[in-house]
Amino acid sequence: MTDAEELRSRTREFLAAHPPATTDRLDFLRARFDAGLAWVHFPEGLGGLGASRTLQAVVDAELQAAGAPDNDPRRIGIGLGMAAPTVLRYGTEEQKRRYLRPLWTGEEVWCQLFSEPGAGSDLAALGTRAVREGDTWVVNGQKVWTSSAHVARWAILIARTDPDVPKHRGITYFICDMTDPGVEVRPLRQITGEAEFNEVFLTDVRIPDDRRLGEIGDGWRVAQTTLMNERVSIGGMRIPREGGMIGPISATWRERPELRTHDAHQRLLKLWVEAEVVRLTGERLRQQLAVGQPGPEGSGMKLAFARLNQEISGLEVELLGEEGLLYDDWTMRRPELVDFTGREAGYRYLRSKGNSIEGGTSEVLLNIVAERVLGLPAEPRTDKDVAWKDLAR
Amino acid sequence: MSTQPDLLYTEEEEALRAAVRDLLADHCDAAGLIARTESDAPHDVAAWKALTEGMGLAGLLIPEELDGQGATHREAAVVLEELGRWAAPVPFLTSAVVATEALLECGADDLLSQLATGTVVGALCVSLHTAPGASFPTARVEDGVLRGELTGIADAAFADLLLVPGDDGGLYALSAGSATIVPQTSLDLTRPVARVVLDGAAGARRLGDAAPAVHRALRAGAGLLASEQLGLADWALTETVRYLKERKQFNRPVGGFQALKHRLAELWLEVVGLRAAARNAADALTTGDDTDVAVAVAQACAGPVAVRAAEEALQLHGGIGMTWEHPAHLHLKRAKADSIAYGTAGAHREALAELVDLRAP
Repeated sequence: MTDAEELRSRTREFLAAHPPATTDRLDFLRARFDAGLAWVHFPEGLGGLGASRTLQAVVDAELQAAGAPDNDPRRIGIGLGMAAPTVLRYGTEEQKRRYLRPLWTGEEVWCQLFSEPGAGSDLAALGTRAVREGDTWVVNGQKVWTSSAHVARWAILIARTDPDVPKHRGITYFICDMTDPGVEVRPLRQITGEAEFNEVFLTDVRIPDDRRLGEIGDGWRVAQTTLMNERVSIGGMRIPREGGMIGPISATWRERPELRTHDAHQRLLKLWVEAEVVRLTGERLRQQLAVGQPGPEGSGMKLAFARLNQEISGLEVELLGEEGLLYDDWTMRRPELVDFTGREAGYRYLRSKGNSIEGGTSEVLLNIVAERVLGLPAEPRTDKDVAWKDLAR
Repeated sequence: MSTQPDLLYTEEEEALRAAVRDLLADHCDAAGLIARTESDAPHDVAAWKALTEGMGLAGLLIPEELDGQGATHREAAVVLEELGRWAAPVPFLTSAVVATEALLECGADDLLSQLATGTVVGALCVSLHTAPGASFPTARVEDGVLRGELTGIADAAFADLLLVPGDDGGLYALSAGSATIVPQTSLDLTRPVARVVLDGAAGARRLGDAAPAVHRALRAGAGLLASEQLGLADWALTETVRYLKERKQFNRPVGGFQALKHRLAELWLEVVGLRAAARNAADALTTGDDTDVAVAVAQACAGPVAVRAAEEALQLHGGIGMTWEHPAHLHLKRAKADSIAYGTAGAHREALAELVDLRAP
């Protein structure tokens, strides 16, 4: 319905009415949302125009050229990438109107309360309990690996509402108020020295039933929307040659010939080729998405990036020789943004160890590829027909 | 990199693939392939006739005014994917790509018109292992006749027209009948190499300078070989997955064991990467954009992936994979020879060291 030309002129009209130079940043962002130019593939009235997702680039280019402020998407990645599509798909009209606008403008940061100490790869085994008391749910449990929890206003939460049925069936999906007095956020320090993540302890947290997303007991299905969108957003990025981890080590190689050895040269060239091949794979995936033919390649991209990041950063530390014995800074910090390549080689090496664990371990992803892409038999299951309360733990 | 490469397949390319696949399914059964490798005529004449006279594929890269199809490297790459799937014993890569590119560089229009029909098969007499840019042996040019011996010439035994680099820097064309071609016992049974013995062969015609023609030919050969390797690797993966779903041990399909699932998933990931790299090389050869880097990346990736796919196919088929009757060995032999053809992965990485300025110590 909306084509690129129409969208371009619409964006220009908007810019004329709200000149970026003289408009307050937040006012600008709110107005942009109300004009349907936030995410054009969302419905009208919810920041979009019901247009094709690929047309967003037209809007973004116009806004960028005009020097318009953006919503700092990296700061609110969980809200944009995971919470928003789930609220859109499963939320009531009231919920969509309440949450999506401040989510998109960045006025309200979101975090994700999914993983638990006892439920990592087997997320559906989670044990955080939600018990209904009238129109309210009372939640108790512990969540972990929660980025942005210390700055978040809201969380997407999955909790066990029925322990007497098999694990996938007794889960319900909620929106949790992170300012509730029962929510305690503690930094979780990692091997890098900093605390990018948190532990979140939930003690008698009270969630009104109108903050439930989807049906009672249907939370696992709702969560699939969240997790699927996490993967889509990974595939959408376009990376230039030598973007990512291969960039810094290539620069070091060029600038510091005294570090070069024959062994490192062989390994660097191999990794450079692998990085370029993975980049091209991502580009191919992006092109498939753009013509509406998403390929199964997406499932493999994270596997490839994890391995590559780990190998490249490992070589980089070694290449640095005496400097590789040093580390930039062990100070405990709580960064708001995660930048895998922003710090020095030692940090990159340690941080990239998490790449094969976070967002699905490489071992689980290999199973997913084998079963969903190659159609090989599923793992034998002993938990399918067992009530959650009777599972081994 | 001025524009983004097109890494997808067009509808026309998919249609071409389907046609080639149908044709090969009629010609290249495993038993027939294996029997042919032990005969005096390892090349599949009938399949070549069908591909060339029937579909005009010998002239894909030749302009229409010279009786060719005027198609691009992207289409040739799709054909090679399908040929690689069967390890088909036809001289498409060596004649319709490598020899053709050399003739295009020399502007030898009359010879191109002959190659376009497929009735004349060309062979560039540079050993198959030669990387683009590497040096290569030449024949002595003495008073207008060629002397000497050139080895490792792929598909020479099936060729009618030889393109021979001379020690005077020229590239010469002569009919295969005026040379002695001695098949060498080859690792790759479906793309055998031969010795070309020139004992004062007369009637050779100088086409132009050898260096640019050979370089262009080998670069196109290397870049498009990646698509053949992709087809081969994809066959190995697909066949192995199919077999492991059927084969049962310990009262389960063997493909349900996690150790094997993970190996196949890893292999799938490598094949997916090779597809992007091979498409990128085919597109770069077509557009002329960033071609040297794209070809070197594809070849630095393709050899190891295709070899690993063929090796995994053999291992995961268990004992049957080790037998002469199962086609896995044909693919392994082709994959291993391909990993040397037009330069090893290591040679292409060395080229990249210069191209992208990551120089040796």
